[in-house]
This record gives sequence, C-alpha cells and structure tokens, in this order.
Amino acid sequence: MSEQRSGITPWIVTIALAIALPLLFNKGFSLSLFCQMGINIIFALSYNMLLGQTGMLSFGHAVYFGLAAYFCAHALNAMGQGAFSFPVTLLPLIGGVIGLLFGVVLGYITTKRSGTPFAMISLGIGELVAAGSQMFPDFFGGEAGISTNRVVGPKALGISYGPQIQVYYLIAAWALLSAIAMYAFTKTPLGRMANAVRDNAERAQFVGYDPQRVRYLVFIVASFFAGVAGALSAINFEIVTVENVGLAASGFVLFMAFMGGTGSFYGPVIGAILVTFLQVALSGYTKAWLLYLGLFFLLMVLFAPGGIASLIELHRPAWRARQLGKLLPGYVALLVPVLIGFAGAVGLIEMIYFVETSGGGEGEMRLLGVSVDARQPTAWMVCFALVVIGVLGFRQLRPHLLRRWDDVTLALRAAETRAPSAAVPGVGT
Amino acid sequence: MEFFLVQLLNGLAYGLLLFMLSSGLTLIFSMMGVLNFAHASFYMLGAYFAYQCSKWLGFWPALVVAPLLVAGIGALVERFGLRTVHKFGHVAELLLTFGLAYVIEEIVHLVWGRAAVDYQIPEALNFTAFHILTSSYPAYRVFMMAISIAMLIGLYLGLTRTRVGLVIQASLTHPEMVEALGHNVPRVFMLVFAAGAALAGLAGVIGGNAFVTEPGMAAAVGSIVFVVVVFGGMGSLLGAFIASLLIGMVQTFSVGIDYSIGDLAGLFGAQIPEQFASITLARMAPMLPYLLMVMMLVMRPKGLMGTRET
Repeated sequence: MSEQRSGITPWIVTIALAIALPLLFNKGFSLSLFCQMGINIIFALSYNMLLGQTGMLSFGHAVYFGLAAYFCAHALNAMGQGAFSFPVTLLPLIGGVIGLLFGVVLGYITTKRSGTPFAMISLGIGELVAAGSQMFPDFFGGEAGISTNRVVGPKALGISYGPQIQVYYLIAAWALLSAIAMYAFTKTPLGRMANAVRDNAERAQFVGYDPQRVRYLVFIVASFFAGVAGALSAINFEIVTVENVGLAASGFVLFMAFMGGTGSFYGPVIGAILVTFLQVALSGYTKAWLLYLGLFFLLMVLFAPGGIASLIELHRPAWRARQLGKLLPGYVALLVPVLIGFAGAVGLIEMIYFVETSGGGEGEMRLLGVSVDARQPTAWMVCFALVVIGVLGFRQLRPHLLRRWDDVTLALRAAETRAPSAAVPGVGT
Repeated sequence: MEFFLVQLLNGLAYGLLLFMLSSGLTLIFSMMGVLNFAHASFYMLGAYFAYQCSKWLGFWPALVVAPLLVAGIGALVERFGLRTVHKFGHVAELLLTFGLAYVIEEIVHLVWGRAAVDYQIPEALNFTAFHILTSSYPAYRVFMMAISIAMLIGLYLGLTRTRVGLVIQASLTHPEMVEALGHNVPRVFMLVFAAGAALAGLAGVIGGNAFVTEPGMAAAVGSIVFVVVVFGGMGSLLGAFIASLLIGMVQTFSVGIDYSIGDLAGLFGAQIPEQFASITLARMAPMLPYLLMVMMLVMRPKGLMGTRET
C-alpha cells in the first residue's frame, strides 16, 4: 500500500477528471465506456481488498456482484409495478447490503481456509451459484436474463436517470464514494490486520487476532462493495444475465485487479480502465480479443507480477531524481523490436482466425490496412519472420537498457548516501 | 434394477475418467504445491488432438500420439512458465495456470471453432458388448473402463515399484535430501507435470468421443475435478480415487432420477412452495457436486482423506 504519499492531490485530480470527462468526450460511445469503467473500478477495488490486501485469491467474486445486480433489477421491476417506492440514487446501497448478506453466508464457508484451498472453494461456491441459477428460472430469467427499466421511483431535482449522462454522474459519484471508503478502510485497524494476515497469518495469530475472523470480515466488506458495483451495473445496462454471476465474470475482475497491480491502492483502478477499454475497443476490431487479453495476462504474470502499478513504482525514484530521461532512449530502442514482433504475432493470429472462419482462407483479408492473401505462404512467412526479428532484436537491445538501468540505480544510491537525511539506519530497506 | 445396473456401470466409467484427471492433479499438487488450473485444458487438448489425429492417422495411433503431444506441452509449461514464476509464490503459479486455461480455450476457439467437432467412437469399438436384461451396453464404455483401470494399475506400479517412482515419492516429502543424493529434482517436477498432463490428455482421448468435444468441455470438467480433489482431501491419491467414483456416481444417477423436492417433503408430510417443490433431482444434478463439496468443507475441512488443514 502506498501510505507514504497519501496526499489529497490525486483525489482532487480524480474528482475534477470525473466531472470533466463527459464534457470533453460527449459522444454516446465514450459515455457508455466511462460508465462501464466506473462500475469496473468499484468492482476491481473491492476485489483487491481480497487479493491485494488480505492475500485471498478468489475465483468467485462475481457471485456478490451478480446476485446484487439481480436483486436490484427485481427491485426496479417491482417499483415499476408500483409495489413500493425508493430513490434509484440510493439503490446501490441496497445492492451493497445484498452483497453483504451473501458475503456473510457464503463467505463463512469460503474463508474457513486460506491459500490454495480458499481459491478452490471460492471457485466451487461460484460454480454452485452459477449452477443454481438454472434451477430458478423465475428469479434468474433463464437464458435471456432479467430486463428492467431504471426510470422509476421518485424524481428528486428532476433527475429521472433516463439520459445516460445522469447515469454517468450517478456511477461517478458512487465510484468516488466507494473508492474513498475503501481507501479509508485500508487505514483502519481491520485493514491493517488484513495486511498482517496476508503477510504472516501465524504472527497475526500470536498478536491475538484470529486470521480466519479477519479474512471473514474483509470478505464481507469486499462483498458489500461488489454489491454496490452490481447494483450500478443493473441500473446502467438495464439487464442482468446469468453470465454476471459466472466464472467468466469472476475471472475478468481478477484480470483487472491483477493487471493493474494488486500491490497498491490505485493499481486496480488502472487495470479496470485498461481492461474495460480493451474489452470495448478491441472486441469491435477482432473476434480473437480474448486471446490477446489472455496472452497479455500471461506475459504480466511471467514478467511483471506486480502489475502496471509496480512498473510505475519502479520508475518513481528515477522520475523524482529527474533521471528518467537517461532511460528513455533505451525504452524507445526496445520498442522497435517489440512492435515488430507484436505485428507479426497479431498477423499470424488473425490469419489463423481468418482461415478458420472463412472456410479455408477464401476471399480477401485486410490486415492493418494491407490486403493479404491467407492462402499464399508469403504472408505467413513474412509474419513469422517479423516475430523472429522481434524476438532477436529484443534480446539484442535488452542488455543495453539494463546497463542504463544499473547506471541510474547506482547514481541514485550514490546521491542517497550523500544526503544525510536518507541515512537513518533500521528504517525501511 | 436394470436402470440401476446400467447407471452403475456408466457412473463407474465416468468416475474412473475423473480419477485419471484428478490423479494427475493430485500428484502435481502434492509435489509442487501448484493447483493446476489448466489441467482440464490438457484434457480438452487431448480430445482435440485425438480428433485431429484420428482424421489423419486413425484412432489407435491417436491413442498414443495425442497424450504424448499433451505431455510435451505440459513439459514446456512447467519448464518455461511455472519455473519462471515459482519465485513469485503460489499465487503467481495459480494465476499462470489460470491464464493458461483461458488462452488454451481461446486457441481452441481459434483453431477448431466454437462449435463441437465431430470426434466419433472408432468403428472397431462401436458395437454392443453385452446385454443387461433388455438394455444393451456399448463396448466403448467397457474399453474406457479397461483403459482407465490399466492406467490406474500402471500408475500404482510405476510409483511403487520403479526407481523413478521411488525418486518421485521421495521428492514429495524430502526434496532437499533427494537433491543431495544427486537427483535432478526440477527435472523430476517437469516429468511429473508432463506425466500428469499426459494422463489428462489420455482421459481426453477416450472421454472426448464418449461425451462431446467442444471448447466448453474444459470448464465443465475442470470445476468437477476441483470438487473431487477438495472432497477427497488435497494431496491424497486414495481420497481422490474414492471421491472420483462417488462424484461420478452422483452425477450419473442424479440426471436419471425424477424425484422432486416436493416428493421428499411429502414423505415427511411437509408442504413447501410450488417453486421449490417442482425442482427434481435431475434439475439439481449440476449443483450436487458443489453442494457435496460445501457440506464436506463445513463438516470436515481437510476432506475425506486429507492430512493437512490448509
């Protein structure tokens, strides 16, 4: 957690950005993109309470998101029929309570164990709920899901939530509130104990805290925020389907939190924005976008297990000391083989896909604006050559960057020893 | 009676297939502490490779080639994937296999399409083995059971009677000592991972045409295999065996039984709402393995034969 720099500036910038964004990009497409990002930010942050804060790798977090979304969709429908009246603005609170209640029940079983068994049990509970959704078609709506209409309930200040822009500000407000609340949670004694349980459960036990209880409580709080996100999703999309509770959705939130970085509070925010953008932008271009996402995830696990946030943190000292410029040429040089190899790999994947879907590669195929004949070996050879060139070039240029990196680190260390304030023994490493 | 016997045999065939998957998963877990999320993906790859091989070469070569190919992929995954992330801890290893399962499913989409492929039982085995009263029992199911049992005996003898097996067993409990005696423990790990993948691949070869070969098969079987491993107790081969058969039976029997919750309540003279009363056991079938797992966790968290608590 990044507790040293808990300045208020990033929050103010975020609030200003949230207000200004729809004014800058006011197309319908970008607005719905922002809405999805806001929902996913809450969801990913709540997921990181489990994984990043308490070390619980859950494969079933979508259960609390999805069930809350279902309950809220039914609540909206009931309001539409005049069964009761409740402001839509506060509906996410109901969603949160629903998530919390399921967290209390299912979390009790899930948090009985930690580590790998926890991961498996969370998966099992997720599958249990997903399989159970087939048993109650009245509630889950079968294949079609439950549709709803958000323009119900009392209208305060003329806000009907008909126009998407009003929904955007609802989501933005709830996302900010939830983010602040979740950030504050990391500062509470429970949030601190969660970190202790993550790092060494045995020691936490010696201090007098029951790790199982800490895990259970954090799980409940995380389920609450997942429920808030689920309610907002029901309001935003006006439909909830079985996919919302399934393993795919649980995997997606894991992707977001992990790629963004589980080691810092803002990591999942980056991940949610990035993955949502990829989902919306890439899925329009290629059917193989899930493959790209999966490969990207694998590369992150292999080479940057701290996510994007850890890469940012890695460069922060150099940035502070204004040494980043020295690294820049190395990165730019490395970018060339990476792009070449990437283009080749994308070409290969897209050609395989084209041949598979078009029935043997008939017809013309366009790749990055170039017309390609997938039946001729030329295109395949070119793409393969690009991949090979990219890999070889990367290997050739990487030592150069690493040398620069060592230079900068040494210079930073030298500067540190010269400055007396940094030389306090025993504090940090 | 007839229904019972047929379902018993089917359940046995399915349970043995599950054990081929869960035994590899258990061995890998107890050795490396890695829960291989991609294990069911190896099962799927086995089925698809067998489909492709049987188109080109025929079923019998596929029975050997497909598991070997899957073993090769498993070895590569261990060598270049798991060994790289090992230093980042178990969560990273788990995530790697999770991402891998994802990527393998997408690659299968890419290469073989989203619909089920036409992977059929070979002609030579497409006949009736015997009759149980009036219903005929297909020879292929008998073949499946024979292969599974042969594998089971092979696995047992391999682990207990061969030198390699003894080294593997020793590496499970005393990796440092084994290393000190001059054995290459990382290579043993790779071997076990590849062998586990091969077992899963073989299960795919014989299961893919008995059931259906489609991109969703990994996800469908994967969670069940996890249930088996948790239910039987993590790291226990005997527990995995018992749990495999039990879950196999439960899944096979439940789909054929029409008793509903209302009937059950009626036995006790209780009245329950129509929404619940109309749910039959057959409709509950997909939920049952998970319910069993949750019940086991509540009553005995370490599982049937498990030795460790966490």
